[in-house]
Amino acid sequence: MSPQFLLNLFIALLWMLLMDEDKPRFSTFLDGFLVGIGIIFVMHRFFGTQFYLRRLFSTIKLLLTFISELIQSSILVLTQILSPKLKIQPGIIKYQTILESDVEVTTLSLLLTLTPGSVVMEVAPDGHTLYIHAMDVKKSRNALLKQIKNFEKAIMEVTR
Amino acid sequence: MSGSEVGEFVGALFILTGGIASVISVFGLIRLPDVYTRSHAATKSSTLAVLLTLSGTFIYFWASEGFLSVRLLLGIVFVFLTAPVAGHLIVRAAYRSKVKLADISTEDELYEVLHKKNE
Repeated sequence: MSPQFLLNLFIALLWMLLMDEDKPRFSTFLDGFLVGIGIIFVMHRFFGTQFYLRRLFSTIKLLLTFISELIQSSILVLTQILSPKLKIQPGIIKYQTILESDVEVTTLSLLLTLTPGSVVMEVAPDGHTLYIHAMDVKKSRNALLKQIKNFEKAIMEVTR
Repeated sequence: MSGSEVGEFVGALFILTGGIASVISVFGLIRLPDVYTRSHAATKSSTLAVLLTLSGTFIYFWASEGFLSVRLLLGIVFVFLTAPVAGHLIVRAAYRSKVKLADISTEDELYEVLHKKNE
């Protein structure tokens, strides 16, 4: 348990006791915990360590990145399906990822497979080369690469 | 009163949009040429449809009855965990058993790695 978390619990306890209600309430404790998060976030640079909820925040950021990419590429794929003549040019492209650990690569391929327009078909034995089947290689290659870069950046913020 | 009505409307709108997305992905399933592009329509558009429908239901019950259903959120999590694994494995198995890509496909960088060796 990190000292920052203990300090946060202490602030919450103090908050609950100083409120001086007729009996200790959990909701007051929770209010104090939220206030403590705010205080520690402002003060964390004086501890010389990173903010202990940074991973939680970057996970939420990753989730938001994923949802926005999901909506964008869904609209793209739905318009491709509904256009009167199919003008797509599917294909398999190779991508060399800069992520290193197994968890990072797994997360990246999970997110890529979840977003429309791209499926991870194979991961090379070295663990860094992904073969991606894309819905429309010619037109949306750059959009796909930009999407992968976004995901990589967000994942690295969580794991490092 | 009006606050909960707005919530109910937003929830219903989400469910409707999810239904439309689901119908469109069925069109894609019929129209697209090969198993690889069909897997885009089948597994992917349905992720958006499931996300919209389940979160719409969640918002609706939250607004109308003040009921926070954790099970709906868990449903989203488990669909999002299993759908990509299934999609990846179907496509991988199809490619390994040498199902051809559609004629409109332009490039195939995996062919040399996987199939040239075995010939």
